[in-house]
Amino acid sequence: MTTVPATDRGALVRAIATQHLDERGALMPVLHDVNEELGHIDREDVETVADVLNLSVADVHGVVSFYHDFRTAPPAAHTVALCRAEACQAVGAEALYADTSARAGGLGDGVEVREIFCLGNCALGPSGTVDGRLHGRLSAERLTSLTSGWRP
Amino acid sequence: MTTVFVPGDAAAVSVGAGEVATAFAAAGTRVVRNGSRGMLWLEPLVEVETERGRIGFGNVTVEDVGALAAGVSRRSQGDLLNQRGCIGVVDDHPWLAGQHRVSFARVGVVDPASIADYEQHGGWAGLRRALSLSPAEVVSEVTDSGLRGRGGAGFPAGIKWRTVLETGADQKFVACNFDEGDSGTFADRMIVEGDPFTLVEGMTIAAHAVGATEGYVYVRSEYPHAIAALRRAIDAAYTHGYLGRDVLGSGLVFDLHVRVGAGAYICGEESSMLDSLEGKRGEVRAKPPIPAVAGLFGRPTAVNNVLTLCAVPMVLAEGAAAYADLGTGRSRGTQVFQLAGNIKQGGIVELPFGVTLGELVEQYGGGTLTGRPVRAVQVGGPLGAYLPPERFDLPMDYEAFAEAGAMVGHGGIVVFDETVDMARMARFAMEFCSVESCGKCTPCRIGSTRGVETIDRIIAGHNVSRNLTLLDDLCETMTKGSLCAMGGLTPVPVQSAIRHWPEDFEGASA
Repeated sequence: MTTVPATDRGALVRAIATQHLDERGALMPVLHDVNEELGHIDREDVETVADVLNLSVADVHGVVSFYHDFRTAPPAAHTVALCRAEACQAVGAEALYADTSARAGGLGDGVEVREIFCLGNCALGPSGTVDGRLHGRLSAERLTSLTSGWRP
Repeated sequence: MTTVFVPGDAAAVSVGAGEVATAFAAAGTRVVRNGSRGMLWLEPLVEVETERGRIGFGNVTVEDVGALAAGVSRRSQGDLLNQRGCIGVVDDHPWLAGQHRVSFARVGVVDPASIADYEQHGGWAGLRRALSLSPAEVVSEVTDSGLRGRGGAGFPAGIKWRTVLETGADQKFVACNFDEGDSGTFADRMIVEGDPFTLVEGMTIAAHAVGATEGYVYVRSEYPHAIAALRRAIDAAYTHGYLGRDVLGSGLVFDLHVRVGAGAYICGEESSMLDSLEGKRGEVRAKPPIPAVAGLFGRPTAVNNVLTLCAVPMVLAEGAAAYADLGTGRSRGTQVFQLAGNIKQGGIVELPFGVTLGELVEQYGGGTLTGRPVRAVQVGGPLGAYLPPERFDLPMDYEAFAEAGAMVGHGGIVVFDETVDMARMARFAMEFCSVESCGKCTPCRIGSTRGVETIDRIIAGHNVSRNLTLLDDLCETMTKGSLCAMGGLTPVPVQSAIRHWPEDFEGASA
């Protein structure tokens, strides 16, 4: 993910959308690619995608806003996502989530702590991801050690 | 050269299997990244090939690798058996030996990246037999096997397929629901990571049976390991002629695509999933028409869960009777139970239907991880009932559970110890529904929010009995008035919690 000047960004989004033109129901794969390659999907991207796929801006905006994965602002420098679903709650996920949210700033600059519901690791909870990597049997100590490289 | 197996399964990787595999490779050992055997409390579970069979080592860390690799290179069984964490021959482990693995027979055994390994372990036999039969004959086999949908609803798979087969259309689809979003379930993920060709084979058989030429697997974005394994398997299947323009020279045309969800729980509901596949908001559709008549892009579509499709190759390879011989009552075959939450020995237990809830939680699961008494178990996901240990006598059987006001669902079992606050769990059920509701119908969208507020008042001790009456009324409205199972079943965990643990709803915690 890199910072792209606005004009190049438009061309890039157009190129991504065009790649998927011959797929059925191409919008989701297009949005995934834009989200991943450019970090987020902004208002102009929505208009470009709508134009290429011959959809209304409202339709594309509706899809972007429906799904949790699609970001409309650039991502945080680092992300901790902790599972708050039932199986992880049974082994203390609520306390871990509350504790980690409270000390997000202490983990490093620009750290986002967010909730997630189920990573399919329900026998080895509490589960979470640290910058996208899955970890099981998490604890406050383990998170501190996993994020130690984030602090100056 | 001796082979060492280090699971590439996401659960194993989440507790360090990747680092262990790297360390073995650095020590010059030949490493295969197999799936997980499903004994998740032992992960990373490393297996070493010997003349006696594969010897297992539980909870292996990078520090253990040096001694293990040395034992492997000296081919000294004595050295190996004395290593820390040795559990002996893995297949003889009592936890595995007592199971009856049909769907999971190859998971953890084969190399999921090897199409040759798949064939050596019985792969493609079901597809070969299916292609020698007419579509109607394949549908009859599946109907006669008694196979029911494993996604939770338990609808007979053969009847669904017959509807698609008999509906005329210029284009038909098969769609696999791999949006395994329910907490306490991971069997879909594990079978695809550990044995992905089974799903490819099952979907190809389905395509032949219903007359579809295109298939879609809708997989949740939270499963990157499974997505990678599946894409790799599909590429290999194309290369070897199991997918594409002329499958195994039979004339069957079948193209299989992977589509990734985007973090919406509701897309596990089949009609939302179809809308999402079409590139829309994942909103629930009103039925009828059912997807078998008008599904993806309005065409007849066989929508099945991963485990349903993964059971199909065995049904075709060994015949309907072999499958129907397993199980009890109208619940035929095996079910893949998933032990999760606060459990000492969590993982996959595949057994014929009829095993009791207590046997699963206490014998296989070994009770709670914390060692405290079990207070509640939730069966069948976030929309399933909470049951107390007094109901451990219940046999795992669709009808027996329905009679008890619960559901087997997809066989996920989440265990809670005595510290759980059931009013909090009831509140969470409503909160989860309010976050994940697609918003199309009012009882689900508004009802869940009002549900959270009402339970908050009960927890705070305000007008408890009147608010409990109100909550009951709200639950009835959601049950009867919601468009799909999300709003319709969210009251199940709420009301079962109130029924079995009324003391938690007396507002005492205020």
